[in-house]
Amino acid sequence: MAESVNDSDAESRISFGDYVVLKRGDVFKSVQVENKKKVIFEKQWFFLDNAVGQLFGTRFEIEAGGSLKLKAAKHSGDSLDSKEAGQDNRHILDDGKSQKLTRDDIETLKEQGLKGQEIVQQLIDNSTTFKDKTEFAQEKYIKKKKKKYESDITILKPSTRLLAMMYHGREPGKICHLRYDTLAQILTLGNIHAGSKILVFETCAGLVLGSVMERMGGFGSVIQMYPGGGPTRAGMESFGFPSHFHETLHEFPLCKVNALLAGTLDLSEKDADGNRRSESSQETSGVSEERSSEPQSMEVSVDPQEEMRRVERERLREQKAQEKKVKMEEKRKKLASAAALLEGRNADGLVIASRFHPCPVLMGLLKFIAPSRPFVVYCQYREPLIECYTKLREQGGAISLRLTDSWLRHYQVLPNRTHPVLLMSGGGGYLLSGTTVAADAAKTRNQHKSEEPVAKRLKLDEISSA
Amino acid sequence: MSFVEYSEIIQEGDVVIIFQGHESMMPIKVQSGAQTQTRYGAIRHSSDLIGQRFGSKVTCSKGGWVYVLHPTPELWTVNLPHRTQILYTTDIANITLMLELKPGSVVCESGTGSGSLSHSILRTIAPTGHLHTVEFHAQRAEKAMQEFKEHKVSHLVTVRNQDVCKDGFGITGIADAVFLDIPSPWEAITHAKSAIKRKGGRVCSFSPCIEQVQRTCEALLDHGFEEICTLEVLLRVHDVRTVTLPLPDFGPEEDSTDIPNTGNTSVICRTATPPREMAGHTGYLTFATKPRD
Repeated sequence: MAESVNDSDAESRISFGDYVVLKRGDVFKSVQVENKKKVIFEKQWFFLDNAVGQLFGTRFEIEAGGSLKLKAAKHSGDSLDSKEAGQDNRHILDDGKSQKLTRDDIETLKEQGLKGQEIVQQLIDNSTTFKDKTEFAQEKYIKKKKKKYESDITILKPSTRLLAMMYHGREPGKICHLRYDTLAQILTLGNIHAGSKILVFETCAGLVLGSVMERMGGFGSVIQMYPGGGPTRAGMESFGFPSHFHETLHEFPLCKVNALLAGTLDLSEKDADGNRRSESSQETSGVSEERSSEPQSMEVSVDPQEEMRRVERERLREQKAQEKKVKMEEKRKKLASAAALLEGRNADGLVIASRFHPCPVLMGLLKFIAPSRPFVVYCQYREPLIECYTKLREQGGAISLRLTDSWLRHYQVLPNRTHPVLLMSGGGGYLLSGTTVAADAAKTRNQHKSEEPVAKRLKLDEISSA
Repeated sequence: MSFVEYSEIIQEGDVVIIFQGHESMMPIKVQSGAQTQTRYGAIRHSSDLIGQRFGSKVTCSKGGWVYVLHPTPELWTVNLPHRTQILYTTDIANITLMLELKPGSVVCESGTGSGSLSHSILRTIAPTGHLHTVEFHAQRAEKAMQEFKEHKVSHLVTVRNQDVCKDGFGITGIADAVFLDIPSPWEAITHAKSAIKRKGGRVCSFSPCIEQVQRTCEALLDHGFEEICTLEVLLRVHDVRTVTLPLPDFGPEEDSTDIPNTGNTSVICRTATPPREMAGHTGYLTFATKPRD
């Protein structure tokens, strides 16, 4: 079949303005490539300017002064191999004195411009116990020192995988402690794919939104429901999507959901946003006040310079008012287009991942979803999802409800040293997933299709849990 | 209907999922004039299915009812006819994320097996990607091709009946990701490497045994792969139930002038418990990155 097709080089090269992911070992950071902007990562600071024009995936060294330099081709053989090794550690004394180089010595070496690998070699040469360590212990020692002293960074193209691991490692609080494998479940259980219409409500800095958009590939539409003033999208921007992806993204404020459901949402030009209207009226009244005050001052001073300045102020004020009008119209149009997508109540999926209590959010937003479509709700805690489950059972309209969480374990795989990694994630949050079905009025149905064993004794007063 | 695109109304030739209750679903092919027996009675395709909306309730001949669902790869995974041991949604979800699959991705897979993962990949890479899947068993390869056609996804997939360890995937330099679920994945690493684009890509190997994992990791290292990482993931299900816990009777309290409370002798708790047993192991997932050539 076809031989290797020419990858569009432009897409593979780093440009100014690109969002990239910096990688050093297992640590990641998302940054935007900007001219002469200082970047701090893993206790080093540098400029990304030299990376522009290079290919994604390139490894760089950080030179003194903070500029990046392309890393020379990898040496295949490990020149740090030692010839001597011991059998076990029975005679090795851990007295903290085996390394002859002091911290100051190492700093001096660094100042002399020694590269990471050379420093590691120096440490080996000046360690009295190195030759007595077992081969495994020597490898472990070298790996540890390399991690500390070799400061290469790799510049990667953003992806859900990298960003999800980054957020979980660096700032889990920002994403409600959503672990990347749980995010993987959300995207798959939600059947997120190109061409569908998905509702997203999240307070995960935009990570969940971005990952949904990545799986939609710019096809279909995503409607972000947001609480408060405006949608949070910083995490989504880090994906560096091409501009046409943004055209598929809509937003709709939660506070207008009831109006939309009741059919009373006013999308007329005058009333796009209640707040704005009073603001602009303040603005216009402010302008008219000033206008009315101006003629008075005009009567007093006929200074031509003053006149020019006044005219200029007027012009600026009018320009601002005009800009505001345009913005309001844009906002109104956006609201209208989102409302149009929601009105049909035929969305293909719902994803909820927030710090809000999921129950009311779910019950409110499910109304917009077509029958026979999946929905997934993430919560850091289990009890709120138990409530959702119970409510859905009572109300009907959803089947195949499942409350799950996943257990994740990494392994170290080395000859004769294979075992699970010592530290393990304690938890990655919980998911409630299900499928919508045609809404059913009769409550009797639920008893017919009850999934729980029927209680054997009569229920006494329900004691509600806090 | 297709496995990569939703539709609203059931049509002749569609594959639909009949939901009879929890853990009781079955796929059927909609044919005018046909009938399907369920535990609640018969469903007549022409009157009960064709023209109805997905997600609606269908009353069967005996009076009971079922739901008719639009197929998804996830529903397919739990309802497909097994020709081999299959991959389940938990592993599939992680494979999808870690291989960075998305619309437009070109993916190589071997073995095709029963097509569980294949359907999920197709859904994720549609409409602009392609799946090259290799299966060394002739009948399974044939069956897979048939199913892809029925599920209206054959334009996105090429099935090859060959041995991936000897003959590779049939293409070179065009894949973004390679997936291996075969007995000796280390024998296919060279082919995996050559299938991946020059600019690099991701690879994943799924193996039930740790010895296989060890040999595969060694092969990946030898071939210059980076970011080699092995993990396993398991799903824990929480059964939501209402439990009634009786309260103890310590007898009437001394010095108490209150009327003894003979009312509540139990407390009702809304909680979730783990099932008696759970899947403890499916396989180890090993991921790696092929760097730029």
